[in-house]
Amino acid sequence: MLMLMLAATAGEATAKPKGAQLYGQHCAVCHGENGTGGVGVPLALPGFLSSVDDAYFRETMRLGRPGRVMPAFTRLSDAEINAIIAHIRSWQKDAAAPSFNTQPVKGDAKHGAKLFAQHCATCHGDQGQGGHGTGVTFSRPRDLPIIAPALNNPGFLGAASDNMIKTTLMKGRAGTPMVSFLEQGLSEQDIDDVVSYVRSFATPAESPQALLEAEPAMLVMESSYSLEETVAAVKRAAVGKNFRLIRDQYLEDGLYSEEELNSKQVMVYFCNFKFLYDALALDPRVGLFLPCRVTVVEQDGKVLVMTINPKRLSHLFNNAELERACDEMYRVYADILEEATL
Amino acid sequence: MRRFLSALLLCVLSAGTYAEDMLMIRSRAAFEESMLLLQQAISEQGYALSRVQRVDIGLSEFGYKTDKYRVVFFGKPEEIRDLSARYPELIPYLPLQIAIFAEADETLLVAANPVQLSAAYADPELDKRFAQWEQDMRAILEKVRKGGD
Repeated sequence: MLMLMLAATAGEATAKPKGAQLYGQHCAVCHGENGTGGVGVPLALPGFLSSVDDAYFRETMRLGRPGRVMPAFTRLSDAEINAIIAHIRSWQKDAAAPSFNTQPVKGDAKHGAKLFAQHCATCHGDQGQGGHGTGVTFSRPRDLPIIAPALNNPGFLGAASDNMIKTTLMKGRAGTPMVSFLEQGLSEQDIDDVVSYVRSFATPAESPQALLEAEPAMLVMESSYSLEETVAAVKRAAVGKNFRLIRDQYLEDGLYSEEELNSKQVMVYFCNFKFLYDALALDPRVGLFLPCRVTVVEQDGKVLVMTINPKRLSHLFNNAELERACDEMYRVYADILEEATL
Repeated sequence: MRRFLSALLLCVLSAGTYAEDMLMIRSRAAFEESMLLLQQAISEQGYALSRVQRVDIGLSEFGYKTDKYRVVFFGKPEEIRDLSARYPELIPYLPLQIAIFAEADETLLVAANPVQLSAAYADPELDKRFAQWEQDMRAILEKVRKGGD
């Protein structure tokens, strides 16, 4: 018996470092080493920790937030997820983790819709789509503690029980703009009605994989002109689209000495800085594929003009807010490729 | 006539790789130190630095307030030459790149996982190459993360 107790104690002792390590590997990049937030929400906020249960954390990690940056961690085992939760809970000094009844809340969704429009839509959006951007510099001032979550997100709805949502509405979340709606004058029945309305947002999540499958990884066109003529045409087309030319260079620049460079692979970089700034505000990671670039290659007697396909990016980044920007970028690239090869 | 050959490559991801499409780490070191760590890690991993795109400089010149933001391009010269000759459609994704940007007094680094291109080619040799790049990217990012502690 003593051995079993010692083994159990040893097990607990090793669970914590593992949770910290896993958190460091998978979560800290967005949520901060100490849960203070960044790209992701500040998990260490006392008002947050005291209003979400472990099941919410568990399902959030399993489901992610489709289209909202937070990925689904499908490869983590249950034990690893529990270890991460234990680590997050270690920041909660003054209260135990809450637990919520999983019974559905019964309310009048129609009435809840009116209340939602009146009390919730300003922060959470008229369709529960949440606040814009992520938590980093380009997206919002650092003094704001949190971005209003997307209540209509299938990941949120799959993770949050009715009673968890209800409790948040009743008590609010200290340290965030989320106030207690009991204190705002709503009755418990009103709050049940809002919960029912929020639950009515539930729609099947569109598979990001399916969306990716529909898009080619790159756009390619063949030019009937010479490489030099095509490069010049790409530049003219980019300028014609109100882009500023940044530079053109060979693919091998920086990798070989000047005399060894392959001069038949030319990359033309151009930028619209307002577009760049706006895209970074939606998701700072998107700078990975900016500024814009079109590559012109001469090979085997053919001149090819090619770019990445921006339509894949919003899915790659799991950020639906990028869709409009990516569609716009796609049109720009498509037009430039077409104009340069006409 | 529109000459799009855009259906050339269809990327089919396995469900299990979805969470890994992006490789991201946080370095506790400030931007300048993290940038040095990144360049050092790239070199230690056997790659040559091709170019550093100073995204923040361009934005600042046009009056946009921004934190430090760079994109670091790197590759193995022979590998880039060989692959771009045999697979020209891969060129828009070459050289490899990692974005690095300041987040308050820490630094975030992000890269697209090269493996997400794998199914586009159904080529076992490229599969191995993408897997190797993923492994190398992870090693580079991990060195920066640990170096910042």
